[in-house]
Amino acid sequence: MEKPVIELHGLKKYFSISKGLFGFGAQQVRAVDGVDLVISKGEIVGLVGESGSGKTTLARLILNLTKPTESFIRINGTDISHAPRRELKKLRGEVAVVFQDPGGNLNPRLTVGRSIMRPMRIRGVSRKDAYEKALKALEIVKMDPMYMDTFPAQLSGGQQQRIAIARALVLDPQVMILDEPTSALDISVQAQVLNLLLDLQEQMQLTYLIITHDLNVINYVCDRVFVMYLGKIVEYGTSAEVLRAPAHPYTRGLMAASPNLNPRSREKNAERLSGDPGSLIKLSPGCRFAPRCHLATDICRREDPQMREVSSGHCAACHFAESGVTTKEMSLSL
Amino acid sequence: MEELLRLDHLSVEYQVKDGYLSAVRDVSLTLNRGEVLAIVGESGCGKSTVAHAIMRLLPMHNERITGGVFFKGEDLTKYTEKQMVKVRGKKIGMIFQNPLDSLNPVYHAGSQVEEAILLDGKAKRQAYDETLQLFSEVRMPDPEKQMQRFPHELSGGMRQRVMIAMMLSRNPELLIADEPTTALDVTIEAQIMDILMRLKQEHNTAVLLITHNFGIVSETADRIAVMYAGQLVEQGTVYEIFDAPTHPYTRLLLRALPRHPKTDGRLQTIDGAVPRLTDVKNGCRFANRCPLAKDICFSYDPPANSLGGTHIFSCHFREEALAWKNL
Repeated sequence: MEKPVIELHGLKKYFSISKGLFGFGAQQVRAVDGVDLVISKGEIVGLVGESGSGKTTLARLILNLTKPTESFIRINGTDISHAPRRELKKLRGEVAVVFQDPGGNLNPRLTVGRSIMRPMRIRGVSRKDAYEKALKALEIVKMDPMYMDTFPAQLSGGQQQRIAIARALVLDPQVMILDEPTSALDISVQAQVLNLLLDLQEQMQLTYLIITHDLNVINYVCDRVFVMYLGKIVEYGTSAEVLRAPAHPYTRGLMAASPNLNPRSREKNAERLSGDPGSLIKLSPGCRFAPRCHLATDICRREDPQMREVSSGHCAACHFAESGVTTKEMSLSL
Repeated sequence: MEELLRLDHLSVEYQVKDGYLSAVRDVSLTLNRGEVLAIVGESGCGKSTVAHAIMRLLPMHNERITGGVFFKGEDLTKYTEKQMVKVRGKKIGMIFQNPLDSLNPVYHAGSQVEEAILLDGKAKRQAYDETLQLFSEVRMPDPEKQMQRFPHELSGGMRQRVMIAMMLSRNPELLIADEPTTALDVTIEAQIMDILMRLKQEHNTAVLLITHNFGIVSETADRIAVMYAGQLVEQGTVYEIFDAPTHPYTRLLLRALPRHPKTDGRLQTIDGAVPRLTDVKNGCRFANRCPLAKDICFSYDPPANSLGGTHIFSCHFREEALAWKNL
């Protein structure tokens, strides 16, 4: 096994929303509540879940944009959550990020060239070197150098996303966090961006953490997948395994809801999830998915299920994961 | 099957600084009662413009519509604005992508639906009862309580349910759903689509679904019309389009869908970019990206080729497209 690039155990992030009188009755949002995640070098890992499941908070924690309430994150063996300021600056360069809405994350007043050069300039790279490198980055994302002097508003969504990727690459990161990288894009553009990301990963041995709700994208690009529900990881394994034989009822529900790209299998996945994901504030004891789960029994409402191994490297946090009740073969879009 | 809506060589042009910009060009389609027709295409292909042209909801100052929009045999383009008011909502209902924009923020969700019912001259008490009934029909949890809530207090899925309830309250014969689930989670999207499909079955409503999401299309549509840069490139049943796409664009687009793991090869991409609508005049608009294109494609609009039944595609090179398909 390769040495882990990202490593975190029992990670928690709580947000306080009301202090209450003298601190009594304080309420907390448990956005990330005891997450374990180990990602090796060169892996492409997907993180799926509905909105409000804590995916983005987890990404922000890994990017060190917010501090964990409990535990810490190791990037290449270094604890970034408690690193001194000076070291942080260096560490920040190792984890890059690409967001969902490329238009909103490029400064509209800076030319493309200046946007790409900015992270390098902040780190004291000379203007000339930064320019050279920016040109190279544009070439890597397959864009013409003439775009150096254009403004983001003059570009299409796909081009803007390429610029965002180029900007993320200039500090030679080891890890890229991709938060819904293609959900704002058209199908043909999505295909271009996904292929570009795969090519870059192969050429540079990058490690990706892709946050998405699109299981078809996970199926195409990811080696492994983690499923998150209300702040906890409920299932993980290789994407082939998880998408073929999901062991957690939530994963099964997500797959049933996920649009199937073959009209001939319309009626096949009928196990729909009902209701909304619950609130992260008033969490009931026991399994968080129990209120929506059709398999739930008394034990689910009483005890929080532990992660258990279904098959090698494939784990699910469900009281019934091993019993085989949940593992009926499903197929996604094939 | 009874024909409900027919678009007859519909074109929409916008007047711009120097001349006209052709947003939709020569689109002909029919939609039968109880059928789901999906218009799919990428952004800027004109699918929403078609929907808005049917409802006559275009900006009304610089556009030029030619061709006909026949609803139950009557041409809506000839209707006066006063006549159109009676069509909108009552005969053709519409739901939009972002329900928050369509709901009034200062009225309770319930009273906005009641208002729609009151338009039909019903009593207040009856409107309330009907609204409650509709809220449970769209599977609103705790309907009586949700009626007293403001739109901002509802989740995205619930807001879209309010829109569907409002649309249903007038019991239209045709429903136009313009990207109804784009802003929603997949689980909520599935719930909303289930509701729409159930209502379609119960009321025999025809649905014109405007979307870019092939997943939704493959799960719900009976027929598909594929648009590209304002032109209709191919139409057919969902099986004809998914099993035997023939127009080069449809073929390439379907191969760009992520349907297999990366180990089975990379996704198809389409080289080039969509032409700017100000630059195009005549000819096939896909020509600059099409592997089969010849000179004629750039100067003359392609003819519609029938492949039997409802499967039609627009291309100058019928035989070549069919042969290329089998490569």
